[in-house]
Amino acid sequence: MTRMTMIEAVRSAMDISMARDDNVVVFGEDVGYFGGVFRATQGLQAKYGKTRCFDTPISESGIVGTAIGMAAYGLKPCVEIQFADYMFPAYDQITQEAARIRYRSNGDFTCPIVIRMPTGGGIFGGQTHSQSPEALFTHVCGLKVIVPSNPFDAKGLLISSIEDPDPVMFLEPKRLYNGPFDGHHDRPVVPWSTHPLGDVPEGHYTVPIGKAKVRRPGNDVTVIAYGTMVHVALAAVEETGVDAEVIDLRSLLPLDLDTIVQSVSKTGRCIMVHEATLTSGFGAEVVSLVQEHCFYHLEVPVIRICGWDTPYPHAQEWDYFPGPQRIGRALAEIMKA
Amino acid sequence: MTESTHLSLHVPEPAVRPGDQPDFSNVKIPKAGSVPRPEIDAAPESMRELAYSIIRVLDHEGNAVGPWAGLLSDEELLSGLRHMLLLRAFDARMLMAQRQGKTSFYMQHLGEEAVSCAFRKALSKGDMNFPTYRQAGLLIADGYPLVTMMNQIFSNEGDPLHGRQLPVLYSSKEHGFFTLSGNLATQFVQAVGWAMASAIKGDTKIAAGWIGDGSTAESDFHSAMVFASTYKAPVVLNVVNNQWAISTFQGIARGGSGTFAARGLGFGIPALRVDGNDYLAVHAVARWAVERARRNLGPTLIEYVTYRVGAHSTSDDPSAYRPKTESEAWPLGDPVLRLKKHLIARGVWSEEQHLQAEAEIMDTVIEAQKEAESHGTLHAGGKPSVRDIFEGVYAVMPAHLHRQRRMAGC
Repeated sequence: MTRMTMIEAVRSAMDISMARDDNVVVFGEDVGYFGGVFRATQGLQAKYGKTRCFDTPISESGIVGTAIGMAAYGLKPCVEIQFADYMFPAYDQITQEAARIRYRSNGDFTCPIVIRMPTGGGIFGGQTHSQSPEALFTHVCGLKVIVPSNPFDAKGLLISSIEDPDPVMFLEPKRLYNGPFDGHHDRPVVPWSTHPLGDVPEGHYTVPIGKAKVRRPGNDVTVIAYGTMVHVALAAVEETGVDAEVIDLRSLLPLDLDTIVQSVSKTGRCIMVHEATLTSGFGAEVVSLVQEHCFYHLEVPVIRICGWDTPYPHAQEWDYFPGPQRIGRALAEIMKA
Repeated sequence: MTESTHLSLHVPEPAVRPGDQPDFSNVKIPKAGSVPRPEIDAAPESMRELAYSIIRVLDHEGNAVGPWAGLLSDEELLSGLRHMLLLRAFDARMLMAQRQGKTSFYMQHLGEEAVSCAFRKALSKGDMNFPTYRQAGLLIADGYPLVTMMNQIFSNEGDPLHGRQLPVLYSSKEHGFFTLSGNLATQFVQAVGWAMASAIKGDTKIAAGWIGDGSTAESDFHSAMVFASTYKAPVVLNVVNNQWAISTFQGIARGGSGTFAARGLGFGIPALRVDGNDYLAVHAVARWAVERARRNLGPTLIEYVTYRVGAHSTSDDPSAYRPKTESEAWPLGDPVLRLKKHLIARGVWSEEQHLQAEAEIMDTVIEAQKEAESHGTLHAGGKPSVRDIFEGVYAVMPAHLHRQRRMAGC
């Protein structure tokens, strides 16, 4: 075990995967020599050479399109889109190509690629450095969608993703890169070295795709979250004193429905939280599944606490970001009902 | 004071429309044999003029002339003719099958048979094409079973793609034919990635990307060009300029660029323009570019100048946007007739043999069609199962698809 930030954990996952499998290649904008704008690929080019880790032109469709071609050849590309906000030029390649190659060719060709992208807000990133576009992937059949919330999971899930035979969208909450963040922006930043999930094995291990994790067991209400919002939800639960069960989804597609149903059937109450905008966000899918599978256990309507249905603003960061106060109010409200 | 004027928007128009006399007087056709053949390792800057000319081998009399001639044996040329005849007969039968309601959709290659058939002959086993929907000649020339192609078109119980794909969107890894997508241009950049992978692994295989004139306007065309250029990927980038993108004439996609080949020059990619209806020229240029890629000298862009004689698809009526007789006026003629003439001039073929070959090939296609139809057509006979809807979305079926499959009753 060693202490790692999420950046270091992500880098370690790629390092280990590249060492184990010659077919793993890593590329993207500024990923090679420089080691990535977030340092996630630092040292990989020096260690594995320019043909295993390299810089690309600024062309997201080119990055993903070439990765798909490489996967068809037999490589396992793990590519980076610098910000999730900039995946849109590659959306055609992701949705119409990567996601469908196995299906449309009946397995004649496959697409074992990983597309890493820093996601989420809480960093004064404004409109194009803060978005959470996961729902635009979960709506696409053939993709897997991962959002880790800590270094341990980030490494284990990224190794699983690289080893997975299908295309994986790997969304890394950049607000969590250097430490957990509970939404209290006015308090000093806490580093991962002080958090138990900053303990990361140095070698190879995996965290299974499609399995959620109960971060805090509780009996009164189920709070479902992923990414940064896991920490915000945990903080809100502690501050309100409500005996909530907090579920970290980790994998949005495929979704661990069993863990959700088990929890909500026990608590009878459910709050879904995410940073992404409310309307048609991933929460709508979860809420729909909860009402379908837990209808007779529900004591009150399910609540969603999400980003407002607006572009992500700059100056109003903390009025936009669904912080611990908003979640706390929702917890109080749902317990009164 | 600067003089100002009211601005006006320029919207290019084809020279003629339905009812007009076809006119290709603006298409400059160089004499066969007149375009030089550069060394394989020539610098891109030294061959810029090749992007503005047309490499041709067969002259009016059917003789093979000039520096690009002389690569293929009689036997190879005769097999090339058979491939084109086979593709043409296949098209004719499948077009009819669509009209008879045996399938929902078909796309012909009429007039463009030389491009994919001759290109395939320049590749080796293990090379990979990333085709569009109008390169079935790559499969035909590689001996892919006709019955399997038809099974795919009929979406029947023998369809290798289990009824999931629109007709003609074939896939065959074994035959170096990447799974076709309905999304234009996406495969052009994937071809570059495949080629980069081959280079990363120190392999000897090369890739070929395919795109039509209209789709060069897609952003993936530009992504492919910049990635191919940056990494000197072992890829041949093929632009099939058949003059038409459904109803839109090539001038809309080409814009101010003199030719589609010229687009390669700005990326530092050698660019050749070739007579797409000249089997020998297509093959010679393809072989040049393939060798260049295989010798690690980087990518080549090739523009095949041809004409889409048929409708865009079975859902299209070209008489609504172009003169009915335009294909007859096309100055580069018909690829089948031109190769036939050459083979006769060579003394290895005759009118009688040609007629006989056409009849035999049609019999072969009809025989294959009978067998394919015995496995079902779109609305009759054997079909893929409902379970096949849910298979293959992922390597392992996740729980939600299991639930949905049960809901579908299977």
